[in-house]
Amino acid sequence: MAQTPVRFTLNGRETGLFVEEAANLLDVLRRGAGDISPKYGCGQGTCGACTVLIDGAPHLGCLTLAATVEGREVRTTGGMADGPGLTALQTAFMEGFAAQCGFCTPGMLMAAKALLDRNPQPTRDEVIEAISGNLCRCTGYEPIVDAILAASGQRGAA
Amino acid sequence: MSSIEFRKDLFADERDDNLNEIGKPKLRQDIEGHVRGRTAYYDDHLFDGLLHMRCVRSPHHHARVRSIDSAGAERMAGVRRVVRASDVPHNINTLLSLIGFGRDDEQLIADRKVAYKGEPVLAIIAETEAQARAACAAVRVDWEVLPHVLDVEEALTPGAPVVNEEYPNNCFDYAPYDHVKLRFGDVEAGFAQADRIVEATYEMSPIEQAPIETCGAIAAPETSGRYVCHTGTQALFFSLGTTAKLLDMPSSKLHFIGGTVGGGFGGKVDSLTEPMAVLGAVLTGKPVKFQWDREEEMQVGAPRGAERWIIKDGVMADGRIVARQFTGFFDAGAYTRLSSYAGTKGTGHLPGPYSIPNVASNVFCVYTNRTPATAMRGFGITGVDFAIECHMDRVAEAVGADPIHLRILNAYRDGDMKAHRRRAKNCALVECCQVAAGKAGWRVSPEDMAASSKTGTTADRQAIPETALDEDGRIGDRKAGRMPSARPAKGTKRLPAGTHGRDHKAVPVQRPDMQQLAERVGHRVAPERDAAPAASPTVPARAPDTPTPATAPSRPTAAPPATSSPPAEARPAAAPPQPMPQLQPAQPKPYEPDTPFRQGVRRPGVSRFLSGSRRR
Amino acid sequence: MTTVRTLATVAEAVSERGHVLGGGTLLMREVNYRPETVTEILRITDASLKEIRIEMSRITLGAGVTMAAVAARAELAALAPSARSVGGPAIRNMATVGGNLFAPHPYGDFAAALLALDARVHWAGGREEEIESFLAGRDRASGLVTAVSFVPPARGGFRFRKVSRTKPKGVSLMSIAANLTLSGSRVERARIAFGAMGPTPLRAKAAETALEGKTLDEAGIARALTVATDGLAPPDDALASSWYRDRVAPVHLSRLLLERS
Repeated sequence: MAQTPVRFTLNGRETGLFVEEAANLLDVLRRGAGDISPKYGCGQGTCGACTVLIDGAPHLGCLTLAATVEGREVRTTGGMADGPGLTALQTAFMEGFAAQCGFCTPGMLMAAKALLDRNPQPTRDEVIEAISGNLCRCTGYEPIVDAILAASGQRGAA
Repeated sequence: MSSIEFRKDLFADERDDNLNEIGKPKLRQDIEGHVRGRTAYYDDHLFDGLLHMRCVRSPHHHARVRSIDSAGAERMAGVRRVVRASDVPHNINTLLSLIGFGRDDEQLIADRKVAYKGEPVLAIIAETEAQARAACAAVRVDWEVLPHVLDVEEALTPGAPVVNEEYPNNCFDYAPYDHVKLRFGDVEAGFAQADRIVEATYEMSPIEQAPIETCGAIAAPETSGRYVCHTGTQALFFSLGTTAKLLDMPSSKLHFIGGTVGGGFGGKVDSLTEPMAVLGAVLTGKPVKFQWDREEEMQVGAPRGAERWIIKDGVMADGRIVARQFTGFFDAGAYTRLSSYAGTKGTGHLPGPYSIPNVASNVFCVYTNRTPATAMRGFGITGVDFAIECHMDRVAEAVGADPIHLRILNAYRDGDMKAHRRRAKNCALVECCQVAAGKAGWRVSPEDMAASSKTGTTADRQAIPETALDEDGRIGDRKAGRMPSARPAKGTKRLPAGTHGRDHKAVPVQRPDMQQLAERVGHRVAPERDAAPAASPTVPARAPDTPTPATAPSRPTAAPPATSSPPAEARPAAAPPQPMPQLQPAQPKPYEPDTPFRQGVRRPGVSRFLSGSRRR
Repeated sequence: MTTVRTLATVAEAVSERGHVLGGGTLLMREVNYRPETVTEILRITDASLKEIRIEMSRITLGAGVTMAAVAARAELAALAPSARSVGGPAIRNMATVGGNLFAPHPYGDFAAALLALDARVHWAGGREEEIESFLAGRDRASGLVTAVSFVPPARGGFRFRKVSRTKPKGVSLMSIAANLTLSGSRVERARIAFGAMGPTPLRAKAAETALEGKTLDEAGIARALTVATDGLAPPDDALASSWYRDRVAPVHLSRLLLERS
C-alpha cells in the first residue's frame, strides 16, 4: 500500500509519519502517533468524538485526509494539560460531573476549547452551538454546558 | 453542583442520616482519566501488526444461503484469512444458556439461513480495515430470498414464515405454554362488576442504545497458550463464558480485560464481538480487532425490542380499578438473546404499582425477521410502564377523575398482595405522586396529601382471591390454528383463595466450575419466604392440587408462577414442583425478623443497610 | 492521491475514476466506509478556490469556500443562516460550497439556498451553467466545479428555514429557501427551493407562480400553500416518510413566508 510522508506539529511537538494515502487523521493520530485521546465513534462526521483542533479551529479527525495536515498545527485533548495540573476547562468538567463514560469527553473538550479561545465569555446559547456537533449519550448536555460556562468564569487561571 | 433534592421528610424513621458519602458531592474515581483523554477503552490498547476483521452481512430480512463465492476476495491484497461458519468450533448458542434458560438458537456466523438484515455469513481478516472492507465487498453470495415477517401478531398467525427453526411457532416456549401466564382473581367477574371498561393498545418502537463507542473487541495470543481479549462489553464474564462455549475452549485459556466501556446502556451484553475477535486471533495467531462501524452499530446492534401492549381495565365510577387484563408482545427479532427474560421480567412487574384485585396477563416473546433485541435501561419494564401510565390517564379521563387522585387511590400500600402473590413492601408511589404534583403545581386534595404508602392496606387488599384458571395457549396450539386470540382466556377452573404460588428451585449450572458455593458468598439458595405478619404459617409453600383434578390430570400446572425468575420458567413441564427444604437443615438458622422487612434491616447493633448478603 | 496545485493542470488530472476532495465531509465518509469505491483522490490546492468575490451586481463563491467562511462574512449575512444550518462547527470548518452542490439527500441545505438565488455554476475551463440544470445532471457530470455566483438578494428578500428533529444540529427533514422581490407588501417575483424534498434540491415552481402578485399575508399565500409540493418528490427515509414531508411542507412554507423580516 502506497505510503506518503506527512509532517505536522502535534500538541506543539514536531511530528513526522508515513501514512497510507487514504488514511484519515484520526487513525494516524491514534495508531501512528500513539495519541489515543481522539475517539472513533462513527467515521462519518456525526458524533464529534474525534474532534481535534487544526490551526486552532475544530475539525473532525475521521473526515480529515491525513495528508492535508502537512505543515499545520494539530492539538488534541491528550496535549491539553502540560504537566500534573489541569486546565480550568478540564477541572470544570471534572468537578461538574460533565463526563460519565468519558468517551465523548475529549471531543467535547476540544470543541469547548475552540470556543473559549475565540470567545472567552460565551453565552449559554453560544456554548450549546459550539458543542452541537458533539454527541453525548450518558451524562446529558446540561452538566457539560454548565462546566464550559464555569470554566469561562476563571479563564485567567488556566 | 447538581440539583438533586433530598426529601428527608419522607420515610425519615426508616433511614439513618449519619452518612459520610451519600448525599454529598464526590468526584468520580475515573474522571481525571476522562478529562485528560487517557482513559483506555478497548480500542486504546495498541498492538503492532494488528489485523482487522469484518463481516459479510445479509442484505435481506430472511434468506437462504445457496452458496458463497469468496475466491476473488481471498486473492485480494492484504487478506489473511477468510472465516467461515465451519471455522466456529461450536457454532450455536443462546446467551442465557449460561444460566440454563432457553435453547441454543443462534449461530455466530450463519451457515444456511439468515433471519435478519445484517446477519453475518462470512468474515474476512486483513491487514488494514480498508482491505478487509474491500474484500468483503468482493464476496458474492447467492441468496434465495424467503418471505419475511416483521410484525409480532402477524408472526403468531398459522401461515407466518418460520423465523427461527429452534422455535417453529415463532414464539419462545414458556413450557407448557407459548406465553407467560399471570392469573390473579377473576378478571371476567371484575369486568362484569365494573362501571366502565377502558381498553387501548400501546406500542413502542425498537430503540438503539447508540453508545458513542461502538461494540468491539481486540484479541491477541498471549504466552502460555492463552488469548487476551480487550473488550467494551458490559458483561465481562458473560462474554467470556459465551466465547468459551462458541469456541469450545476452556475459560482458563481466556484472559478478558474490560470494565471501561464507552457507553453501553444495555447494548453491550450480547457478546457478539468477543468470540469473533478471539476466533480471529486463534486462526491467524495475530492480534485481531473486530469493531463495528456506526452503520453496523445501528443496523445489527441489538436494540431495545419493540413492544405492543393491549390493556383492558374494569373501573368503578369512583376510580377504583377492579380488573386489569394485559396482552403483551415482546418483539425478540430473529433470535432469543435476552428477550425471553423480558417476558418474565415484564410479567413480574404487572399490573404496575397498583392494587388491583383481578389481574390476568398473557405475555409473548415473539420472533420476527427484525434485528435481535436485547437489554436497554429498564429492560422489560419501560414499555409496559409507558403503557400502564398512559392507560391510567385514559382511565382517569373515562371516569372523570383527577389523574393524580386515581393513582393515589389505586397505589400499592405496604402489605398489599401483589398479583404474583408477593407482598408489596417499601412502597412509595403515593409519596412520589404528592411530590410530583407539588413540583408541577398540580392541585391535590387534602385527603390525597394526607395519604401514605405506610397506611391504608386492608384485609381485602392483603388477600389472595379465588383465581380463575385456564390452560389455553399450549406450545404449538397457535401454529395449528387452535388459538385464534392471544388474550387471556376465560377461566374454566378455580384455584381457592389464599393459594400461594409454587416454589422455585435454582437451575443446575451448565458447567460444574460455575457452581456458586452458598457458604462462600454467604446466602442460601432457598425460596423466598413470605415475611408479612398476615401470612398464616399454615399456608403451604407450594400450590395444592386444584379442586377439579379430573381436568388437571398430571400436575397443578395452573398455579400461577411467580414470574420474576426466568430459570424457573424453563423447567420441563413434567417436573413436579419441588420445594427446597433439603438445603435448609444443614444451614445455621438465619436471622428472622419479627417485623416485616422494610427499608433496611433492623437488628440490634447492626447497620440497617446490610443488603442481606455479605462476603466473608 | 494526486495533488493539483493550479486549476490550469486540472484537466490532465481529472480522470473518470478520480474523486475531487473538497472539505472531505462526504468523500472521506466514502473512503472510510466503502474504500473500494474511491480509487483516486484529487486534491486541488489552487488558492482561487477559496476566494470570495463581492461585487455590486454579483457575488462569487469559490468552490473551496467553507460554510464557516460564508457565515463569517458580513456582506453575506443573508446567506449566513443557510451556511450555519450545515452540520456543527467542526463540519462547517471543513464543508465547502462546491461539496454541498453535490451532497446527496438528505444533505445539501446550502445548495437549496443557492437554487433559490438562481445561482450560476462555474466549471473549470470556463463553462457556466444554471444551477437548476446543473442539479438535474450532477450525478452524470464530469469535471470540476470552481465557483458559484449569484445576484445579491434584495435586503430582507431572502429567507431560509431548516426543519430538523434536533437542534441546533440535525439532519434536514426539509429546508426551504425563498428569494422574494417585493414591491411594498406585494410579491413581484418569487423563487422557492426545497432541500430534502427530492433527490436534489428542487424548486417549487407552482408555488412561485401562485405567489406572484400576491401580498404576504394568510390570504395572499393560501394558493401557494396548496400547491407547495407540486413537482417535488419527497423521499421516505429514516427521518421522515414521504407522506409526512408532503403534509408538513405547506406548514413550514407558511411560517417562512409570514415571518417578519
